Amino acid sequence: MEKFHTFTGLVAPLDRANVDTDAIIPKQFLKSIKRSGFGQNLFDEWRYLDHGEPGMDPAQRQPNPEFVLNQPRYLGAQILLARANFGCGSSREHAPWSLQDYGFRVIIAPSFADIFFNNCFKIGLLPIILDAAVLDRLFEAVKSTEGYSLTVDLQKQTVTTPNNEEFNFDSDTFRKHCLLNGLDEIGLTLQQTEIIKQFEQKRRDTQPWLFM
Amino acid sequence: MMQTLYDKLWNQHVVHTEAAESVSMALIYIDRHLVHEVTSPQAFESLKLAGRKPWRLDSILAVADHNVPTTDRSHGIHDPISRLQVDTLDQNCDELGITEFKMQDLRQGIVHVIGPEQGATLPGMTVVCGDSHTSTHGAFGCLAFGIGTSEVEHVLATQCLLMKKAKAMRISVEGKLGLGVTAKDIALAIIGEIGTAGGTGYAIEFTGSAIRALSMEGRMTLCNMAIEAGARAGMVAVDDTTINYIQGRPFAPKGELWDRAVAYWRTLQSDADAVFDRTVALDAAQIKPQVTWGTSPEMVTTIDGTVPDPSLVTDEVKRHDMQQALNYMGLVANTPIRQITLDKIFIGSCTNSRIEDLRAAAQIVKGKRIASTIKLALVVPGSGLVKKQAEQEGLDRIFLTAGFEWREPGCSMCLAMNDDRLTAGERCASTSNRNFEGRQGPGGRTHLVSPAMAAAAAIAGHFVDVREISE
Repeated sequence: MEKFHTFTGLVAPLDRANVDTDAIIPKQFLKSIKRSGFGQNLFDEWRYLDHGEPGMDPAQRQPNPEFVLNQPRYLGAQILLARANFGCGSSREHAPWSLQDYGFRVIIAPSFADIFFNNCFKIGLLPIILDAAVLDRLFEAVKSTEGYSLTVDLQKQTVTTPNNEEFNFDSDTFRKHCLLNGLDEIGLTLQQTEIIKQFEQKRRDTQPWLFM
Repeated sequence: MMQTLYDKLWNQHVVHTEAAESVSMALIYIDRHLVHEVTSPQAFESLKLAGRKPWRLDSILAVADHNVPTTDRSHGIHDPISRLQVDTLDQNCDELGITEFKMQDLRQGIVHVIGPEQGATLPGMTVVCGDSHTSTHGAFGCLAFGIGTSEVEHVLATQCLLMKKAKAMRISVEGKLGLGVTAKDIALAIIGEIGTAGGTGYAIEFTGSAIRALSMEGRMTLCNMAIEAGARAGMVAVDDTTINYIQGRPFAPKGELWDRAVAYWRTLQSDADAVFDRTVALDAAQIKPQVTWGTSPEMVTTIDGTVPDPSLVTDEVKRHDMQQALNYMGLVANTPIRQITLDKIFIGSCTNSRIEDLRAAAQIVKGKRIASTIKLALVVPGSGLVKKQAEQEGLDRIFLTAGFEWREPGCSMCLAMNDDRLTAGERCASTSNRNFEGRQGPGGRTHLVSPAMAAAAAIAGHFVDVREISE
């Protein structure tokens, strides 16, 4: 996993609540056995007027001019502002993969669905929770200011506006440590191999029916 | 210290609490890993690239369910992309020596149906799968939750997961359900009450006399939809119903081990004075048959209700979302639910495709014909064994005579990854779990209901109150 550095990025607003993983990446694209290439189908049903299927050339498709990410001012956005319960629905990691592949590095929302939130950390995409009232202000600012950007500092756990207004966010120390250092969680867990083996042996002795 | 069922299950599985650099995460041991074709290929690939092997093969059970055709399978899968995904699972399982029920196996079916059916889901276990509806298995008094592909790889490689403990919520449903009211209606009524984010950050335990009166299949339907309330895990304490269901199943313990297991399983309940972070109570007698009207499971009302009116909602974001949902659903505010006409009917999915679901639907359909306006009515059993059982009981004949199609097992039109889907604008009464935009096909409109309600809608061509038929 790539290390997460402090960065300043263009912000795009997705102003609706309960954005589900089916909307983030529709099911027909989950048939891929690869981990990359999902960005071109991020929000496919909202983003294009024609129906998308795997293998289609995005250049030949009809973008929906109404959809926020198709507006020229948001091209190259790296930070997505979202509303409550972002990422609800399925456990598909294809949802964070497609957001990351599109170019997003941070999603800011008042709340996230649990599995989606968890999945983001595994791939180095940072979900940030800020108060709904703060989000209201940021939505307003980004809509009224073309080229609006925010600075995200994970070490300090701050989001900073162009006017140097700072918002703090919570971050679990372990997840933060992994993101900042680009650590492989499996590698970390395997350092505990002996402890896992001991635990497993004890379990095998006391509940042998679990090992059949 | 008094413990909740969730505390007990959690504590039983903590391998280590000082994971790496912090004490905020615990390393949790995983007893059962269920695998399907959609969320596993990238995990197997990374595992191989890192030169790692699965930690414990006998913990894994694999099956292809999302992409499989529900029509004649003798010629395989015609969609090359779907076929490659299923072939990839077969190859990975063959290569590594993982137990898999392949497409032609009678035991093949939806992963959340076959786990319990085989006795591969047992009380006291941690059960994971790269699928959010893994919460289903919590019906057995186990800790079961969906994971992403990175976590699938993590479990394959280490038999563990790094996790933060959730808060505990108790949802108690006391009293007796009315005739024709089912576990599905309880689930939807709960989601209507607490919202789709109401359970976020929680593990939910369902308690109360109405829950204890449910069969294991009803409990599975309920726990299945815990994720639709935002909770990664739902669970029900172990009782005689649980133990009777498990006894004699292929993967369940036998003989002396069975007795030892049962003695332990009986401890899997919340202590009388255990403290929950949140408690919600529902009166079973007040729950009516539920029908969703929008594009989120919380957009739900009762069969005697009407499509709500956004203009009466003061919260701006909420009003906007409601209007958007009504536009997508092609519905007008204040329309009585009974006047909504359907194009297609889907009876199936990990929520409602078990034998009792099919019996409930067949009972409504028996001796009748689907309305002439219904373009397609599908029954998709949850597994090959459910299908066989239903055929032995003659349910297939009842459905076929009524004009339903009787299909092979799989996820089918719950998420439309195979050929079973809605086309734009089509309206479906569905026993599945999600009514999101495009879920059953791009532009398709989904109304979530119980199997009996779906069956009754198929006959009438529009929603009807199943209680009036059941009487």
